[in-house]
Amino acid sequence: MKLKFINLIFAAVTLLFSTNVFAAETIKIGALFAVTGPAAFLGEPERNSAKMVVDEINKAGGVKGHKLELVVYDTTGDATKAVQLATKLIKDDKVIAIIGPSTTGETMAVIPVAEKGQVPLISCSAGSKITDPVKKWVFKTAQNDSLAVGKIYEYLQKSKQTKVSILTVSDGFGASGREQLKSQAAKYGITIVSDETYGPKDTDMTAQLTKIRGSNSQAVICWGTNPGPALVAKNAKQLGIKIPLFMSHGVSSKKFIELAGDASEGIKLPSGKVVVADMLPAAEKQKKSLMAFVKDYSKHYKAEGDHFGGHAWDAVMLIRNAVENGALTAAAIRDQIESTKSFAGIGGSFNYSQADHAGLGKDAFVLVEVKNKDWSIVK
Amino acid sequence: MAKPIRNGFESMKKDFFLFIGFSIIIMMAPRFFAGGYLMNVLVFVGINTMLAIALNLLLGYAGQISLGHAGFYGLGAYLSGVMTTTLNMNPWLAMPLAALIVGCLAFMIGLPILKLKGHYLAMATLGLGIIMYIVFNETIEWTGGPSGLSGIPSLEIGDIVFDSDVKNYYLIWSAALAVMLFSLNLANSRVGRGLRAVHDSEIAAQVLGVNARLLKVEIFALSAVISSLAGSLYAHTMTFISPTSFGFNFSIELLTMVVIGGLGSIYGSFLGAALLTLLPEILRGANDYDIIIYGALLILMVMFLPGGLVRGIPTLYRKIVKVKSEANHA
Repeated sequence: MKLKFINLIFAAVTLLFSTNVFAAETIKIGALFAVTGPAAFLGEPERNSAKMVVDEINKAGGVKGHKLELVVYDTTGDATKAVQLATKLIKDDKVIAIIGPSTTGETMAVIPVAEKGQVPLISCSAGSKITDPVKKWVFKTAQNDSLAVGKIYEYLQKSKQTKVSILTVSDGFGASGREQLKSQAAKYGITIVSDETYGPKDTDMTAQLTKIRGSNSQAVICWGTNPGPALVAKNAKQLGIKIPLFMSHGVSSKKFIELAGDASEGIKLPSGKVVVADMLPAAEKQKKSLMAFVKDYSKHYKAEGDHFGGHAWDAVMLIRNAVENGALTAAAIRDQIESTKSFAGIGGSFNYSQADHAGLGKDAFVLVEVKNKDWSIVK
Repeated sequence: MAKPIRNGFESMKKDFFLFIGFSIIIMMAPRFFAGGYLMNVLVFVGINTMLAIALNLLLGYAGQISLGHAGFYGLGAYLSGVMTTTLNMNPWLAMPLAALIVGCLAFMIGLPILKLKGHYLAMATLGLGIIMYIVFNETIEWTGGPSGLSGIPSLEIGDIVFDSDVKNYYLIWSAALAVMLFSLNLANSRVGRGLRAVHDSEIAAQVLGVNARLLKVEIFALSAVISSLAGSLYAHTMTFISPTSFGFNFSIELLTMVVIGGLGSIYGSFLGAALLTLLPEILRGANDYDIIIYGALLILMVMFLPGGLVRGIPTLYRKIVKVKSEANHA
């Protein structure tokens, strides 16, 4: 009796707080983003972009008469929470697809839940092990780290700077980058002469940079997300390091230029095309999507749209396109996404297949350079 | 604040029936909740109950603080995870082995650390937790680093594979009830009385013939063993672990569970764990305000229920009854 009562209270409280409106024909999409916590720089633009694009689709009358409904939960970057919330999305909210989570760790944790629940999961995180090996229900929209590393190495090989130092942050992003930097080096004839790391909360990297200065390297590649790389740029300038500095796509937003100030001039990095959208040639397939995304984002949120938000935008659009092609169940949506061909999104031009659930090629990245406090494309 | 020592036959009978009643309620619960997401949350209530009891034995009974218990929890999870994935060990063998390793480690660390008192002990255990967190992050070859360790096998008994929420519920709660029964017995034994004596005055306890120093280290190790066990169970039910689940924040959360539930009460630890695990789920509907409500509730509880839920709820109940009966008289 007592338990039934508790159950009743629980149900009442849940009802009280829930704002879901149940209308027929509504398509429910779940989303897990790290809106707060250390990965908030990913989760916040992702949530904003996903909400924005869903609102716009609904304003335009939905997809073939079906309205979309987005159920967003904040994982705070914690894998345990991500798993619990994924279970909630599948069992209680009964969503037909899940977008997110924001980080590779959380995604790896959620994969078994999505596979068991037979719901397509479209991850917004970059780790290549998410879709390698291919898992039936798992897709991703973020570019693989390996593509970004390839872009830098290609440039270095061309400009004959083959001795490099790497400086990576000791978190998921940095660890994955370090692995790729080391494993791909030989393929491009590059030798890593110095391999340094720094902590995600470090405020001074002079020690590592002094070591690098003492080595005979011809270029430095730093792999991390704000604010670490900005400090690296500043420290390198203070130490008078003259060799070229490369960064990862983890800092390809205006925020980095703001943080690093003058020290950012001349730094090169691989980036999604979104930061240089207006500079792209008109013939570029992605240009239309990119310009629309940038314009809408700044209108809604008074901030610049970045490629993190773009991952969520792409994910929502993949589902939208699937619904437009007549998919109304989780299984049908999965099949539709898998057969998506040359979808020009924010992250690149997506081509999924049974053997490839990452969908992007090397053209997803461009190499950009900071010039006069703005991005420019390196030819 | 020492609890009166009860060892009469009557009170033992009462304790026994209370525990049996509690177990029956716990084991019947899936009949009411089965299927939904809540089942998954209740699995975590079980894991957190074990952890809160472990910390309570140390903090509530022996009066020694630890801000690093998430570290032992994580160590258990990682040892179990690594041994069953890279070394292909049977999970049923890996779990006790992990607990044994963690126990020995805690005993050795406890010897020097538990000479410290108060804030200094808090600092030392805090450091311990952070060191373990860094180890999980940096030993990438073993733990997979920040992106985590996946593919940990589920537990199996014969043909039963513990891979669904309902099955995990029975698994976790069987373990949690066992830990509970063990701790209840321990608390009412000679060791429990020794611990409470150490809590009130270490010198007095020494004078009475309690080896306070050894007892503190032993309970520290025991507490670590229970945490490790909870960690192993977590690893095998989730089949994936990453360092974020075992950080400093979680140590604080455990401490909050113990304090909110009631120091020195095993059932209090259950109440604290249940409340702190369920509350975020109930508040989730309040969107961006959930954190504020959560914080405010915690402050109110500590202010008005200083003895924790386990002592506060009966007091509150009596007050309400009194007010009612007074109103009736008037």
